[in-house]
Amino acid sequence: MMLAAANPRFDRALLLVMPATAFMLLLFIYPFIYGLALSFQPMENAGWLANYQKFFTTEHLWMTIGTTLRLALPATIVNVALALPMAFRMRGTSRSQKLVTTLLVIPVTLGTVLIAEGMLTYFGPRGWLSQTLQWLHLYEGPIRLTHNYWGVVISLVISGFPFVFLLMLSYITGIDPVLARAASTLGASPAAQFRHIYLPLLIPGIAMAFCLAFVQAFSVLPSAVLLGAPAGPTRVISIAAYEAAFEQYDYPMASAIAMIMGFVQLIVVAAVLSLRGLFYRGPVTGGKG
Amino acid sequence: MNLDFNELRLEQVTRRFAGAGGAVAALNELTVTIKRGEFIALLGPSGCGKSTALNCVAGLLDLSGGRIMLDDTRIDVLPPEKRGFGMVFQNYALFPHMTVKKNIGFGLLMRGIGADEAARRVQKALELVQLGGHEDKLPGQLSGGQQQRVAIARAIVIEPPLVLMDEPLSNLDAKLRLEMRAEIRRIHRELGRSTIYVTHDQDEALSLADRIVVMREGVVQQIGAPAEIYGRPANLHVARFMGYRNVLDMEVESSNGNAVTLASGPLCLTGTAMQPLGGKRAWVAIRPEELVAADGGPNLIEGVIDNAEYCGRDSLIDVRTADGTVLHARAPASSAAGAQVRLTVSPERVLVYPHE
Repeated sequence: MMLAAANPRFDRALLLVMPATAFMLLLFIYPFIYGLALSFQPMENAGWLANYQKFFTTEHLWMTIGTTLRLALPATIVNVALALPMAFRMRGTSRSQKLVTTLLVIPVTLGTVLIAEGMLTYFGPRGWLSQTLQWLHLYEGPIRLTHNYWGVVISLVISGFPFVFLLMLSYITGIDPVLARAASTLGASPAAQFRHIYLPLLIPGIAMAFCLAFVQAFSVLPSAVLLGAPAGPTRVISIAAYEAAFEQYDYPMASAIAMIMGFVQLIVVAAVLSLRGLFYRGPVTGGKG
Repeated sequence: MNLDFNELRLEQVTRRFAGAGGAVAALNELTVTIKRGEFIALLGPSGCGKSTALNCVAGLLDLSGGRIMLDDTRIDVLPPEKRGFGMVFQNYALFPHMTVKKNIGFGLLMRGIGADEAARRVQKALELVQLGGHEDKLPGQLSGGQQQRVAIARAIVIEPPLVLMDEPLSNLDAKLRLEMRAEIRRIHRELGRSTIYVTHDQDEALSLADRIVVMREGVVQQIGAPAEIYGRPANLHVARFMGYRNVLDMEVESSNGNAVTLASGPLCLTGTAMQPLGGKRAWVAIRPEELVAADGGPNLIEGVIDNAEYCGRDSLIDVRTADGTVLHARAPASSAAGAQVRLTVSPERVLVYPHE
């Protein structure tokens, strides 16, 4: 760094980032700008903001924001709340801990469609869960955990958990275990070690994992269609965009919906990250190595 | 926890780790008693079990055998947070998200000590380690030496019956290490807390400890006062570790009580047997500092200087004798390679150990 400051000559190693930059421009920036521009060119001869006006004045369109948030936020919160203590328990390197970690991570390899398939046979009205409960006479009525709000939430938890779990595990194992040992010699019980040492150091990791999991859950499409009630309670924003694009062939409208979707995600992510700023951010080891 | 304990007894403390081909004893039946106010150093090369012993006392490792008693209380069954010993870690282990003040006050917070009382004691500890004015900094903003002071303050502010230190100076540069060594000695004198200090540095152990426990491969080699360990190592391993760099395999000619005469080719030495000698051959150990250049005297050795390392006050020379044996010695700074030299060493300082 000192060298770079003293020598402002062009660093030829920078040329190596050119392919990646081109890749980003072509595959991300260009479609984004194209979509943004397209969203301001409505199909009917209307003002340039017509698509946005239509979205926020049509009930079955603007309602999708709330519907999606009602699915994505609880699912993300549940995932983080479950993954944090479980990853904490699995921070060691014993054989049993590795085994459990592997089992917990397996669902990440299943696609959402496969999960939906499994859930339909398990949670459906004639599924195993329902039949078992009836056979045990624990619950006689029909169990409605698919084709509604809960079906989508469960599916988001199943598909999102391994992702959050792995993220949390890597954050937790990054914290020097000597810190907890030092705390224990100073009189901290395991619960106090978690509260005073691990939790404060994990806040940035929790915020990051929350953002990534939320963005993933917010763009839910397959499970909302396969396991939810896409006409009503789980009519998420991506369904609205899909319909605009591939049922009405209104690409400008679909682009506008996609932009709104991105904007909502951005607001949530910005809110979470600014909350993180209130806490300690820095190295998570206890000294010079 | 009883602050005014009389003694901490480690009784046949053993710790085994699972290794290739069965359990390996990292620590084998360590038995030592630490009296109130005593400063004990566990000394040995890396892998000798000294840190294992310290972690067993702290409660960070379970014992595989033996027990640890604080007077009449058995403590090896207690978790670390119930033992109440202050520990200083090799890499300091300061909480990176807490200010210096909060780091030092952490143990007091865990003990439920009131804010006023805690603030007063933190301030006192800060003064003791001479860190006034840094209380609101984060550990990352401090130098290595300052971090070490915080770690020491954090361990002693809880007024533990016993302070444990795990190579606390090994991450500091040479000058700072000397300063902190004096500092640790001063703090121990002022507070009078019993301390167990783990180190691989013999100078540290010699200068700090009241008693030294020398360890090797999990087994205690010798327990004694620094002067005893330095002057009369119990066996060849301790001798080597304590700086007896000249180790020769010689033939026993005759012995009279402890006085032994040995020979190897033209070399003939009279030494002192440290253990009963069994066989015909024995090891001879001599410290370079005690082989001095002189024209006459006991145990006269003649040779040529092979190599001279200038050390300022004097030189460290390698002397080759007629039969090719190389000896390390201290000589005047002016010594140069190629010169003829005569060395002499007092028979009390030629230590003789049996072949094992």
